[in-house]
Amino acid sequence: MPRHTFILNGTRMSVEAEDDVRLLWVLRDLLGFTGPKYGCGINVCKACTCHINGKAFNPCSVPISAIRPDDEITTIEGLAASVGRDLHPMQEAWLDNDVAQCGYCQPGQIMAAVAKVRQARAEGREIRDADLDEIRNICRCGTYNRIRQAIKAGAARM
Amino acid sequence: MKSDDSAPPRPEDGGDLSSRRRFLGYLLAAPTLVVAAEIGAPGRAEAAIPSLPQPAELYDSMDLFRDAALPTANLITIQINRDGTASFALPRAEVGQGITTSTAMLIAEELDLPVDRVHVGLADARPELLFNQLTGGSVSTVTTYTPIRVAAAIARQRLLRAAAIELGDGVSNLVTKGGEVVSTVTGRALSYGELATKAAGVVLEQVSVTLKPRSQFTVIGTPQSRVDALDAVTGRKAFAMDLQVPGAKPTMVCRPPTINGTVRGVRNTAEVRAMPGITDVVVIPTGVAVRGQTFGQCIDAVRALKVDWGPGPVDGASDETVLRELRRAELPLAVPAVPLLAQTVDGDFTSHFASPAALEPLCAVADVRSDRAEIWAPLKVPIVAQKAIAEALGVPQSAVTVHVTQAGGSFGRKLFPDAAVEAALVSKAVGKPVKLMWHRVDECRAGRAHPMSTTRVRATVLAGQVLTFELRHTSVTTDFGQGLGEVLTAMAMKLPVGNYGFAQGAFLLTQKVPYHFGVVTQLLNEVEIGFNTGSMRQVYSPDVCCARELMVDELAARMGKDAYRFRREFLKDDRSRAVLDKVARAGNWGRTMAPGTAQGIAFHAEFKGYSAALVEIDCRPRTTGRKVPDAVTGPRVTKVVFAVDVGLPVNPRGLEAQMMGGIMDGIALALTSSLHLKDGHFLEGSWDNYFYTRQWNVPPELEIHIMPATTDQPGGAGEFAVGPAKAAVACAYGRATGTMPTSFPINHGTLSFEPKPTVPPIPQSPIDGLDHAL
Repeated sequence: MPRHTFILNGTRMSVEAEDDVRLLWVLRDLLGFTGPKYGCGINVCKACTCHINGKAFNPCSVPISAIRPDDEITTIEGLAASVGRDLHPMQEAWLDNDVAQCGYCQPGQIMAAVAKVRQARAEGREIRDADLDEIRNICRCGTYNRIRQAIKAGAARM
Repeated sequence: MKSDDSAPPRPEDGGDLSSRRRFLGYLLAAPTLVVAAEIGAPGRAEAAIPSLPQPAELYDSMDLFRDAALPTANLITIQINRDGTASFALPRAEVGQGITTSTAMLIAEELDLPVDRVHVGLADARPELLFNQLTGGSVSTVTTYTPIRVAAAIARQRLLRAAAIELGDGVSNLVTKGGEVVSTVTGRALSYGELATKAAGVVLEQVSVTLKPRSQFTVIGTPQSRVDALDAVTGRKAFAMDLQVPGAKPTMVCRPPTINGTVRGVRNTAEVRAMPGITDVVVIPTGVAVRGQTFGQCIDAVRALKVDWGPGPVDGASDETVLRELRRAELPLAVPAVPLLAQTVDGDFTSHFASPAALEPLCAVADVRSDRAEIWAPLKVPIVAQKAIAEALGVPQSAVTVHVTQAGGSFGRKLFPDAAVEAALVSKAVGKPVKLMWHRVDECRAGRAHPMSTTRVRATVLAGQVLTFELRHTSVTTDFGQGLGEVLTAMAMKLPVGNYGFAQGAFLLTQKVPYHFGVVTQLLNEVEIGFNTGSMRQVYSPDVCCARELMVDELAARMGKDAYRFRREFLKDDRSRAVLDKVARAGNWGRTMAPGTAQGIAFHAEFKGYSAALVEIDCRPRTTGRKVPDAVTGPRVTKVVFAVDVGLPVNPRGLEAQMMGGIMDGIALALTSSLHLKDGHFLEGSWDNYFYTRQWNVPPELEIHIMPATTDQPGGAGEFAVGPAKAAVACAYGRATGTMPTSFPINHGTLSFEPKPTVPPIPQSPIDGLDHAL
């Protein structure tokens, strides 16, 4: 079976898997990183959102063979450490606003939120309501307004 | 029941133990008397023609669940640990509604222990609890509020007694504070941890104990963040799919192309079993199961299976055929004799199939051996699940251990152990542990649907009065089979509506017309057509409340009255008017709105509580014409002001969260979300097909007002907002467009997506995810 290496949450990983197995299942089923959640498997619900080299992406829709040895994958488990803290400012904002209900979508929401703020900053501006309207992550509990508040609060601390 | 004479009374209640008895007396008293007193209270709508009390006013579903729970509700134990924390296994499911947090608060309150030192887990299935291990109907806090506090208070008493022996002091000299027992004489203190061995391991019963009076509360009624919030934001919160049970490998089921279709044969079992990673292929009653190293490889295997499918019981059924059957089954509206000059106002509303599916699809881990089975799953009725699994496996119920996991949402979906039974069957067939998961498409197409229904209303009005108000709700049968029905059946003889079936009972116990509308009758008729259905959040209310409130708007318009003032005039009591007034004032009811935009207002009473919603909607073309890829935009709710009176709010922050979620559900049910039935299957297969509220639909302004405590008892909360929110959105939409909507959601007539194929039953995962990195 092919062997794949990449950097996961700052640590070089090596795993045997068929080339076409999507990264989500490599993370969850083979490596035991269960922070990214399954919600659809077709890049719609965004519950599995992680970062690759700092950008948000959905590992349910990326074959492991597409990941290069120097790619840095960050899951929710590694988000705080990626900024050298116990909690990322976005996670703190999430706690302050008591955003989570069932919590299932929350890792994906937080990873998407961080990337969204970075994207706005890269464009030389702060996050706006129109940006929040573009976020596709489903929250079936409907805690959307607290998500919006938390993203604004988290952005202010990033 | 014995009396614990050694327990000291709380200093503040002067040793009056009768307060405890009075409280229980309330629990044991005939509830009709209590509620009847409210009805007898003089209302201010003297001009309106009073309606006779309806069943739900005398004895509602809250009473039913509470009374069903009475015989066993106290069989719960709280353990004090050596580290000074308290542990409690809650016989309920945590599905996001926050009862582990509110339960920790109840225990913290009575134990005088900080909330973060109370650990609330979820109890395994406990068959001895009979009906009292069911999470549904928004009754968890209603049914557990007193028993949990009693247990915690008893624990506190025992700690005090243990401390008295240790300190050689009288218990009357001791107080509890912050997890310690402190002598008011010597100042010496012992932590609960130090006392744990003296007081632990006792089965606690209901004994004479004085509960803390509400005036002394320091935890209940204060906003608390969720106890599992840190785990949720760090990815540590474990759901069934995240459990690492040795050998439990990913498992999925290839399902038939039509609802409840059957497996005739599999043409390529050996070929699929030889696919990379796949370990097993077995036929079970609901399809063909595959087990493999990863879920990704299970998806490949499900797609590769060549199955000869037998027909299902509803092949060929569509929205149109179901609606025709509903129409045929509709009960007549029979206007009671009214003066000839009375004006008749009719309304006829259709609510389409909807999905209660959560973001966490059904999942269960099963390890079935020759003589026993162990199951892990998010289950709202674990005892019924245990029974169903035992029956499916052919083993005694006592041989099945059912662990309840944290649920990633429910909305009614997790009342049913569908995945747990499948997992057990597969594990038995392959002789290995499995972790079985439903694909998203399975949830849409093979999952349970909130039934399609029609709601017809006829009212007569004369000289500024409503003389009659009749409502007939005709629905595809709601499957109450997994627990809710057992409670209702068992309690049926005790109900004032005992001669109806339990669905009719559930209908009458939850639905009430809160207005003085003269002669009021409401009836349910159900049509059984072989569907997988279930209770979706708030069951009948989203459809019935919406129809009723639209008619209330219509009646107000016929009488030339303002929609808010009309409701206020006809509402029955002060608590009702208080929530309505709250949203009208906070939401600036009646403010001038631009053409194409409007306000709507709605009221709903249920769960021993009251709620009102004020909504502003924007139906202008520049809004409805917004383009979002693979989405429905349409009218946007721009503002929601919501008020809720649940009696005694335990955790206002959690309650606000539940209202927020219910509002999002209501917006979706009014505007965007439904299932389309065609040729015996539902067309939806993704969150980009089933249009639950997304960020582009979210109201930018949202205000939720939690009314101050109005009683000493908490009412239900988890489902409350769905109906009134949907109704207010519908009323606002009707006002903005000039046409009352009669079919929900309003976009159901337009199919806004390309349906996925039914064979193979699930889609392959894309491979272009990196192209979309942002």
